[in-house]
Amino acid sequence: MIIAQGLCKKFGSLYALRDVSFEIGQGQWVALLGANGAGKTSLSRILAALSRPSAGRACVAGQWVDEKPELVRERIGVVSHHTLLYEDLSAVENLKFYAAMYRVRQAEERMAELLNQVGLWTRRRDPVRTFSRGMQQRLALVRAMLHEPSVLLLDEPFAGLDVHASRLLTHFMEQALQQNVTVFMTTHDVEYAQAHSQRTLVLVQGRLRLNEASRQIAAGQVLDLLRDTGPVGTTPAASR
Amino acid sequence: MNRYRYHLLVALCFLLLETALYLVFMYAPTESTMGQVQRIFYFHVASAWISFLAFFVVCAAGIVFLKTGSSEWDRLAACSAELGVLFISMVLLTGPLWAKPVWNTWWSWDARLTTSLVLWLIYVAYLMVRRYSVDPERGARFAAVFGIIGFLDVPIVYLSIRWWRTLHPSAVIAGGEGSGLAPAMWTTLMAALLAFTMLYITLLVLNYRIISLADRAQSAKQASLRRPLA
Amino acid sequence: MNFIQPIRSILLKDLLLEWRNKDILVSMLVFSLTVVVIFNFVFEPGSAEMQATVPGILWVVFIFASQLGLSRSYAREQENGLMHGLLLCPVDRSLIFTAKALGNLLFILLVEVVTLPVMTVLFDLQFHHQWPRLLLVLGLGAWGFATVGTLFSAIAANTRSREVMLPILLFPVSVPIILASIKSTSYLLSGRNVQDIDPWVRLLIAFDVIYFVVCYLLYEYVVEE
Repeated sequence: MIIAQGLCKKFGSLYALRDVSFEIGQGQWVALLGANGAGKTSLSRILAALSRPSAGRACVAGQWVDEKPELVRERIGVVSHHTLLYEDLSAVENLKFYAAMYRVRQAEERMAELLNQVGLWTRRRDPVRTFSRGMQQRLALVRAMLHEPSVLLLDEPFAGLDVHASRLLTHFMEQALQQNVTVFMTTHDVEYAQAHSQRTLVLVQGRLRLNEASRQIAAGQVLDLLRDTGPVGTTPAASR
Repeated sequence: MNRYRYHLLVALCFLLLETALYLVFMYAPTESTMGQVQRIFYFHVASAWISFLAFFVVCAAGIVFLKTGSSEWDRLAACSAELGVLFISMVLLTGPLWAKPVWNTWWSWDARLTTSLVLWLIYVAYLMVRRYSVDPERGARFAAVFGIIGFLDVPIVYLSIRWWRTLHPSAVIAGGEGSGLAPAMWTTLMAALLAFTMLYITLLVLNYRIISLADRAQSAKQASLRRPLA
Repeated sequence: MNFIQPIRSILLKDLLLEWRNKDILVSMLVFSLTVVVIFNFVFEPGSAEMQATVPGILWVVFIFASQLGLSRSYAREQENGLMHGLLLCPVDRSLIFTAKALGNLLFILLVEVVTLPVMTVLFDLQFHHQWPRLLLVLGLGAWGFATVGTLFSAIAANTRSREVMLPILLFPVSVPIILASIKSTSYLLSGRNVQDIDPWVRLLIAFDVIYFVVCYLLYEYVVEE
């Protein structure tokens, strides 16, 4: 479950996010779309308790982020285009470190189970440096799922992934949804979002311009929203 | 009405500075051993006082900024730091001018001089952190953190350098200013302090206003770019 | 509230990474030896002024080597968004700071422990049976640099001129550590009595305590986005 109440992120009088409010039920798959600089990263960082909003508040996995940030962090799993993995450590060493930080119980079993699922069990002792991008991202997914989070935050998870890896990632998310995990994904890929997510949010220059069930959105609607307002300071200035 | 507030402030500041100037050059007696050059003392001490005041404001505003996150406090700290560096630079410039004829050397590595130099370095670093940060919001927070640490450092730096020098046999050359000042000199010094404090406040208010306006101009520009074309 | 365990995990992880890579320690050590050799050319070997300046040289070497190690150790954490990975863990940021500072302390101590014997041989240092005090001074100085340096390296890494920024921030603020360390080391090496040394040791302790508390509290504001 994710609730955002009037979230603002501003500095001086420049806004990155302006009065963003929404509510997402447990076990939903939500896609957050927006052009570069629309505030997607700011929003997902606030939800991950990495960044503090200038106004408003957020509730993630049943806890207010400003009140109990540690409890929130305990219940979210984050996958971004960065792998968050130590390249000089092996897969198992990486996972052991994070398992200790998240105080995962029965970490060995959990690691074995997840590594088998993503097909990395045989490579578990190799340094992450020797993995392909797809394998690293699969391991990143294992890292995020290790502590059985109830909310998955994915920030551009498909960046640089091969077809096999992105299919696996999709499959993983569908499985997670069946276990009532909320999936919150920021992406550029409008088609993918339309095809898989249950709800679509669109940020345009820091404001939430669309919050609809994905099924009810007309094909061109999102693209139109994204098109007529490119990144700040580029298109409008040129056409003036 | 709003505009005249600034005019009033500037006028008051001008008046006080002129009075201080008159007192320094016409009223205060010439010092018996140091001669005319001693008159720089009034500006020197006043500048030093203002720089400490400015750095205190940087630290205090930094703490409030970190607690509340409102950028007004950060702007105040930024303005005050710039003025602090300006005044501490004046301290470092007027010091040698006075020292050369009196001590027969431009510079001595005594506690006060060295501390001022270290302070200058700390607050120039403060301005650099602010200027060179990749993300302006984080830059403001970095600056606040550094401003707090830098200000806490001032007494420790002073103490350590004083011990260093006084325990060191060869380099104790300290002027005994401030001790046994003639009443007229005392009055002049107080007037100079008052005038410089007023100068600091005026510059702070104007600087703050300029930065606020620049910020508003920036956001207005952004808003106009965002507006869909008719 | 268990605070030992996350500190231990992060520390062990950092040591394991360094064991695999060895780049921080090796570069710190080679750098400090290079500086020692350079200083040897500045003074006439065996002259009295050389003996008087050895403590200064010693600390200049440590300071520059630490600064090098500090910026490397933060840079390592910036690859692959690793800093985010740490910050996402359900652990207080102050504990992350403590673990990082301890790791940096170990690196600096190791450099001191290796460089000191080399300096002893090359410059014929005399210790006047003051070993425990000397080690105390080395430890306190290293801890001061490690705390302030851990905080400042996080700041410097997020500025445009990161390598240059760290010394610009670190050196003026650590003037008290530099003075106290050099002074007490030079007293120790010249066999002065304990009453002269102890005020400096106390100054070091005071600096270390104050700055550990302040940096511990402020770290959160530095790493947050």
